[in-house]
Amino acid sequence: MSAVETKSERAPGWNRPPVVEPDGEGELLEVAMGPHHPSTHGVFRMDVALDGERIIRLKPVFGYLHRNHEKIAEQASYLASMPYTDRLDYFCSLTNNWAYALAVEKLVGQEVPERAEYIRVILAELTRIQNHASTIGFLLQEMGASGTPLMYAFREREKILDLFEQLTGSRMMCNYMRFGGCRVDVSQGWLDGARKVVAGLPGFVDEFEALLTSNEILMARCQGIGILPPDLAVNAGVTGPMLRASGVNYDVRKVDHYGIYDRFKFGIPLGDHGDIYDRYMVRVLEMRESIGILEQALRAIPGGPIMDAKAKIRGFRPKPGEAYGRIEAPKGELGFYLISDGGPNPYRYRVRPPSLINLTVLEDMCLGQSVADVVLIFGSVDIVLGEVDR
Amino acid sequence: MKTIEEIKAAIEAAVPDAAMEIVPNPGPSAQHSLRLAPHAAVAVAAFLRDDPELAFDFLSNVTGVDWPDKEIAEKVKVTRQVFKVVDGVEQAVEETVDETHKRTEPGCLEAVYHLFSVAKKHGPLVIRMRTANRTDHAELPSLTLIWRAAEFQEREIFDLYGIVFTGHPDLRRILMWDGFKDHPMRKDYVEPDDYEYEPTAHDHVLARAQEHKSREEGNGGARAQERAGQ
Repeated sequence: MSAVETKSERAPGWNRPPVVEPDGEGELLEVAMGPHHPSTHGVFRMDVALDGERIIRLKPVFGYLHRNHEKIAEQASYLASMPYTDRLDYFCSLTNNWAYALAVEKLVGQEVPERAEYIRVILAELTRIQNHASTIGFLLQEMGASGTPLMYAFREREKILDLFEQLTGSRMMCNYMRFGGCRVDVSQGWLDGARKVVAGLPGFVDEFEALLTSNEILMARCQGIGILPPDLAVNAGVTGPMLRASGVNYDVRKVDHYGIYDRFKFGIPLGDHGDIYDRYMVRVLEMRESIGILEQALRAIPGGPIMDAKAKIRGFRPKPGEAYGRIEAPKGELGFYLISDGGPNPYRYRVRPPSLINLTVLEDMCLGQSVADVVLIFGSVDIVLGEVDR
Repeated sequence: MKTIEEIKAAIEAAVPDAAMEIVPNPGPSAQHSLRLAPHAAVAVAAFLRDDPELAFDFLSNVTGVDWPDKEIAEKVKVTRQVFKVVDGVEQAVEETVDETHKRTEPGCLEAVYHLFSVAKKHGPLVIRMRTANRTDHAELPSLTLIWRAAEFQEREIFDLYGIVFTGHPDLRRILMWDGFKDHPMRKDYVEPDDYEYEPTAHDHVLARAQEHKSREEGNGGARAQERAGQ
């Protein structure tokens, strides 16, 4: 056991919680949680210093899955990066597609036909539901509820992935959106199938909640653990359900009015305490709101083209300029920043990964908690390593 | 939201020595940006965050951009005196020649920050800073103390572009491993020939075996003769 430095370099004004001091009995223990640990959702390491069971210091280490996505995209044409965005957050390939398409459409000033906008909303909200359901399933798996909640979630996710497969040909790597529309049109049969799946979803959420929401173990393990104060959450760039669980009303769907989200009635669930339980609850309520959006969109979807007739597909060379486009992905704000120099490849291609930036506050939430709670706090952040490491 | 000119004026009123210029964006997105001089950047950032009207409390995206040294070739007409033999007599004649002058425009590294306001729900405001050059003066002030969101993203720029953020509390490589030397996102980065090669524990065993073998061959196989004698 080596001596552990407990006070790291913390300048005044540095927005951090007070340092947790060891109680002075015994030595500190340094543990590497991961990179091969079932609770790390992939290859991710936390270098933890422990005083007994208490966390004194925690440093996240990542990069094991780094393949320099941005460099590869700068050497490929604009469209050639579209399938690669699927591999960022492989649970939510369709929202990744949308964020990238939105940024390129901003870069070239491209319009999107109405029907394509409706299809995008339907697919994005289906993605959000299956992502939140699986996240909660994984969280409960890590809490020791082996199997049941996760299998309930995956049963529903399977139905949604079947819809994706029918439409795009692939369950997870959908590669569906294009600059100025979508790749293939939805058939009437697909819409009927989607309505059927959506009609079954409220029952699933009810069942899920009956199993979990007032579960005594879940409340004991989650309430008051991993608290994230709202001012720190905003300052640290935390987005998505994590930010809203801390009580900050900020949803890019409402703020940026991208796509056609203005046409739908939906609420933004907010938490009170910013603990794990609030993050769980916000996700459940967001699923319900998403079901509402889906019902409205499936009722109102118009006919028409799915690609803008003026969209340029061959010889796609945006004029010099730059654009930052962002959407509310299930994990938070997913942004793409593009600089064009007039060539066929982007001069600069940047992904703003919500998973990575939400991890900034991991240490703040874990300090002073026990090892078993770290697993839960980490699970409640909801990350995918494909997006963290890129 | 205020226009970028109004924001510039507001900053100039609050931070007098902030030398800024507006970088227009010719594209349809029209997200113009504000280039800050590094010496006043922290003061400007604190003003942008704390001013009640601007209230840019949320730093969404931080990224680097590499602008390599540009070699510009210019054709210039040069008139000079040349000695030539004209009609058997050497004379000084004026002659005009085309010459190409090459000059290199020094490149730089750039950091780009996208700001939004959660309180006022507006944005984005794009601010950017440039380093003096790409080699020995690739330094910029860190804005992590103003917005904690920059902590990992500035580390990423340090890792992939090599911009040193002075004042960053924990500047280490984040995606590449600690022993890595280069900065892969730079435009002039050369990929290694052998991706798979990593020094392993077996390497020094192999080196010792080879050294041993060459020593054996060097002394004419003395050990082998000894063994035969026994």
